[in-house]
Amino acid sequence: MEHILKSSQLSKYFYQKKALQKVDINIEKGKIYGILGPNGGGKSTFLKLAAGLLKPSEGEILIDGKKPGVYTKSIVSYLPEGNYFYKWMRIQDALSFFGDFYADFDVEKARQNFDFMKLDEKEKISSLSKGMLGRLKLSLAMSRNASLFLLDEPLNGIDPISREKIITSILEAFNPKSTIIICSHLIVYIEKLLDYVFFLSEGQIILEGNVEDLRNKKNLSIDQLYQEVFQS
Amino acid sequence: MDFNHNIPIYCQIIQQIKQDTVLGRLKPGQKMPSVREMAGKLKVNPNTVQRAYLELERENIVFTKRGMGTYLTKQEDIIHSLKKELSGKVIRDFLEGMNQLEYSNDHIMRVLREHLEEGRKINGTYFKKQPIK
Repeated sequence: MEHILKSSQLSKYFYQKKALQKVDINIEKGKIYGILGPNGGGKSTFLKLAAGLLKPSEGEILIDGKKPGVYTKSIVSYLPEGNYFYKWMRIQDALSFFGDFYADFDVEKARQNFDFMKLDEKEKISSLSKGMLGRLKLSLAMSRNASLFLLDEPLNGIDPISREKIITSILEAFNPKSTIIICSHLIVYIEKLLDYVFFLSEGQIILEGNVEDLRNKKNLSIDQLYQEVFQS
Repeated sequence: MDFNHNIPIYCQIIQQIKQDTVLGRLKPGQKMPSVREMAGKLKVNPNTVQRAYLELERENIVFTKRGMGTYLTKQEDIIHSLKKELSGKVIRDFLEGMNQLEYSNDHIMRVLREHLEEGRKINGTYFKKQPIK
């Protein structure tokens, strides 16, 4: 099986704090993965390591067989949490920014996404609501013809209508050649998108599996399973 | 389609397609939506739909024409036995429920007969008063 991402004994420490401890994650092509866990569990740290924004303290992470760097950044589309745009930007500025920055950015696709998301290119990003900002970030991230999409909390603080739209466009961007990793603690909304989940708690994988097999075995939804695992 | 997330989603898709086949909402021999179309409509992972289609193919309910897509079976006997399978499940569930209420077989027959003869509206369908032979 071809692995687009492979981490072995991956650890990240921030001074005393162990954000990730010896994490082994193998990600196959053509699937949608969920990394689920409470806040502070290490989800964002893992994505940042994969995106090349952080360096591992120990262990290793490989994307398409390479350590994060210029090549991997060209095939990875990372959607960070929060607002990363410059204050002066309008939507059209962000569009050309992405177009200049990424060789695999598809402007046509982005415009279609804007249309679907009801985003007006003339609008200032700083005046967007949280829901609209979420739509914009996702529209841009999913308009790259990337091999690997890393989505950090794409639904956090998003209203129901925007949520549905975001889910639709994640599905639309997904194809057998691409792979998507979604980090979230809003499991109810994403569980029907997922092939496989990792439960991450205090920097360690405490459970993983194919979602349909887990439902079958435990007679629980992934959300219920999560509650069960993290409440005990 | 609303999913019950406690049960594997591909099983629920299979169940829905079987039901639509039996009820004639899907016509024998018709082309099924592509995996992508179906996934988009149901807002689920395409791999889940793929798994449902594979399972249905194994049960000979659908077949694929290479490069053309997936089609519903034309074989009446398969559709017929599907109907039997689905009704069998309803009956088993009914009997299980009645057993839990500690109804004996005779008693079950009696109340069932009463209900059928009385004729009443169930879920908007009117069951006509008719004697049972």
